[in-house]
Amino acid sequence: MTYFPEEVLEHIFDFLSSHLDRNAVSLVCKSWFRVERWSRRRVFIGNCYAVSPERLIARFPRVRALTLKGKPHFADFNLVPHDWGGFVSPWIEAMTKSYPGLEELRLKRMVVSDDSLELLSRSFPNFKSLVLVSCEGFTTDGLAAIAANCKHLLELDLQENEVDDSRGQWLSCFPDSCTSLVSLNFACLKGEVNLVALERLVARCPNLRSLRLNRSVNLDTLRKILMQAPQLVDLGTGSYVHHPNSEAYVKLINVVKSYKSVRSLSGFLEVAPRCLPSIYPICLNLTSLNLSYAPGIQSTQLIKLIHHCRNLQRLWILDCIGDKGLGVVASSCKELQELRVFPSDPHGVGNAAVTEEGLVAISMGCPKLHSLLYFCQQMTNAALITVAKNCPNFTRFRLCILDPKKPDPVTLQPLDEGFGAIVQSCKGLRRLSLSGLLTDRVFLYIGVYAEQLEMLSVAFAGEGDKGMLYVLNGCKNLRKLEIMDGPFGDVALLMDVGKYETMRSLWMSSCEVTLGGCKALASKMPMINVEIINENDQMEENPDDGMKVEKLYLYRTLDGSRRDAPDFVWTL
Amino acid sequence: MEGTVTFESDLNLKATELRLGLPGTNESEKQTPPSVRSNKRALPDMNEESRSKNYSSVTEAAGHGDRETAPPSKAQVVGWPPIRSYRKNSFQPKKTEADADAEATGIYVKVSMDGAPFLRKVDLKVYKGYPELLKALENMFKFSIGEYSERDGYTRSEFVPTYEDKDGDWMLLGDVPWDMFISSCKKLRIMKGSEARGLGCGV
Repeated sequence: MTYFPEEVLEHIFDFLSSHLDRNAVSLVCKSWFRVERWSRRRVFIGNCYAVSPERLIARFPRVRALTLKGKPHFADFNLVPHDWGGFVSPWIEAMTKSYPGLEELRLKRMVVSDDSLELLSRSFPNFKSLVLVSCEGFTTDGLAAIAANCKHLLELDLQENEVDDSRGQWLSCFPDSCTSLVSLNFACLKGEVNLVALERLVARCPNLRSLRLNRSVNLDTLRKILMQAPQLVDLGTGSYVHHPNSEAYVKLINVVKSYKSVRSLSGFLEVAPRCLPSIYPICLNLTSLNLSYAPGIQSTQLIKLIHHCRNLQRLWILDCIGDKGLGVVASSCKELQELRVFPSDPHGVGNAAVTEEGLVAISMGCPKLHSLLYFCQQMTNAALITVAKNCPNFTRFRLCILDPKKPDPVTLQPLDEGFGAIVQSCKGLRRLSLSGLLTDRVFLYIGVYAEQLEMLSVAFAGEGDKGMLYVLNGCKNLRKLEIMDGPFGDVALLMDVGKYETMRSLWMSSCEVTLGGCKALASKMPMINVEIINENDQMEENPDDGMKVEKLYLYRTLDGSRRDAPDFVWTL
Repeated sequence: MEGTVTFESDLNLKATELRLGLPGTNESEKQTPPSVRSNKRALPDMNEESRSKNYSSVTEAAGHGDRETAPPSKAQVVGWPPIRSYRKNSFQPKKTEADADAEATGIYVKVSMDGAPFLRKVDLKVYKGYPELLKALENMFKFSIGEYSERDGYTRSEFVPTYEDKDGDWMLLGDVPWDMFISSCKKLRIMKGSEARGLGCGV
C-alpha cells in the first residue's frame, strides 16, 4: 500500500468529493499530502479572513472551484456596518496570476466590485460558473462584463444581492455565440431587462435547466420563454399579472398546462391571485415551491394551490397561510423535508400569522421534515415537546418568535423545556436558532444533548455566564456561535480560550463583555483575530478596560490581523 | 433604584400618550415576562413590582441604557427580527400601501378618462369619501357624473367611474367601503359611452 504510483493515488482521490474527506487524506503521510494537494480542485473557505489568498494558492496550486464566505451571519440583519470588509478583489487578483484554469466561484456575503467582475471575466478563459449570494458592491455593468467575456459560461446565479441597476442592457451583452447557459438567475435585479434579448438568449441555449426571472419580466414574455424552453426544471417567474385582455391569459394557460418538466417553482414577485389556478396542472410535479416573495396572496388561495402539490419536498411560504393553511400542508405534502415560514409583515403584531398550532400540525403530518425556519407569533413548551416527538430527524431547527423574550403564553414559563426536548430528541441536529423567553437551563440542555450542533444563534436569552459556558463546554462540534443581547460577559468569554481555535467564529453583540476581557483573550490567543466594531466614537479617547464592548467578532486565522479593516474595526 | 424610578415615569407618560391603539390596551402589560430570576413572582398582584424590577435588570443586563427597550416588540431593535434586509426591503412598498394611515406619504393613483389625451394623478388620501373624490374628478375632467345607486350604479350620466383593484379586476366605484377602496385601488378610469353601460348591473 505504501508504494502505489501517484497517478493511481490521484485517481482514487478523485472519488473523494467532500473536502473533509480530502483533509483527512492529506494527513496520512507526506506522499499522500503531496498528491492530494496537487489534485485538489475544489476548496471551501468559510471565512475569507481565516486564510490569505497567497496561502491558499501555495497549499493548493491547481484549484478550479472556490467558495468564499465573507461577513458574519448577523450582517444579514444590519448588525455589521457597511464597509466592514469581505472584499473579494484581493482573491481575484491573486487568482488571475495563479489559477488560470479557474472555472467556478461561489461568494456569500462578500463585497464584489464591477472592476473585480470585469477582471474575473477577462482572466479565466474556462470560467463556467458564478454564484453570488447576499453580496453587494456591484452594478449591472459588472454583469455585462461577465455576459460579454465569459465564453463558456454555464451558470450565472444571483441570489438576494443588493445590485445597482445602472443601465439594464447587460442581458444584451451575451453574444450570439453564447449557447451554453444551463442556469440563469437574475430575480434579485430591480431594473428592466431587454425582453427581446432575453427571449433570444433562452431560444439559443438548449441546455437551459434553471431560469429565474426578475419582476420586470411580464406574463407574456414568460409564455414566449416557456415555449422556447420546454426543458426547464427550475423556473422563477417574474411578474404574474394578467392584463384584462383574456386571450393572452388563455394562451398562457395552454402553455403552462403542457409544461411537464418543472420541478421547482419560485418568483411570483408580483402576482394577481386570480392567475394562480393556471399553475394547478403542474403542481403535482413540483418538489420545491417558493412563494415567500409573492405579495398579497390570501390564505384561501394559497391553500387551494398547495392542496395540489402532493409531492412537495421543499416549501417556502409567508405566514399569511395561517395555522389552518399549515394544516392543509400537513395533510397534502407528505414528502415535505424543508419548510420555511416567513413573516409577511416584519413589524406587525398579530395580523395574519402562525402560531404553535401550525407547527404541531406540520410535525404530525410530515414525518420526513428535517429542516425548519419558522417565524411565529408565539410558541408553547407543549407544542415543542410534541414536535420533538413527531420529528426526531431535524438537522436544522430555527424558530423565531417575533416578540423577543415572549414566554409560553399558556403557562407563562420560559421555553427551556421545549427547546430541551428538541435537542434531546433530534440527535442529528446541526443548526439551532433560539427565541422566546429562555433561562440558562436551555443552554444546559444544549450542552448536554446537542452533540452534533455546529451552529447556534441566540438572542435575548439566558441569565448569566453559566449559560454560555454550558454551550462552550458541551458542544464538541460547535463551529459558529452568535449571540445578540445576552447577559454573558468576560467570565464566560475567557473560561476556555482554546475552544475558539476549534471554531470558525464567535459573534457577541450587546452582551456584557468588556474591552479588558477582549484584550486578555487576544493576548492569550495569537491565532485568533479579536475584532471590536466600534461605531460610536466612545472608544476614541483612551478607552477604559472596563468599558463594555458593543460588538465583538472573533475568528481563528492563519494569517494574523487583516490589513483591510476600516477605522471602526479594532483588532486587538 | 434609579432604574425603577425612570421606568415608572416612562410608564406614566405612556398612560397619557395619544396612540392609535384600542383604549385599555397597554403594551408593557402585554409584553411583561415573569421574573426569570425567581419563579415565585408570577402572581398578578406582584406584577407591578416584579415588572419594574424586571425591566431595570433587563435594561442593565442588556446594556441598552440609551435605547428604548420597553416593550421590546415595539422598539425597532436593530437586528430583530432576524430577517435578511433584502427580504425586508422587498416588502416595504406593500407596507406603505396597507398602512396608509400611519405613513405621511399620499396614495397617488393614475386617472384616465376615455377620450382625454393624457392621464392625471390624484392623491386618494386627501379625500374623506366617495362624494369628495367624485366631485374632484368632475372638476378635473369637466364632466358630470350624477348619483350612485347600489342597484343601478351611475345611471344619470354617460360617464362611469371605475377602478382597477389589487386582483386586476375592474370595479365600479362606490361598491365597497371607502377604506377598503383606498387600500385596493391601483388606478382609476372614467369610462364613457357604450362600454360604460355594462358595469353597474351586477358584474
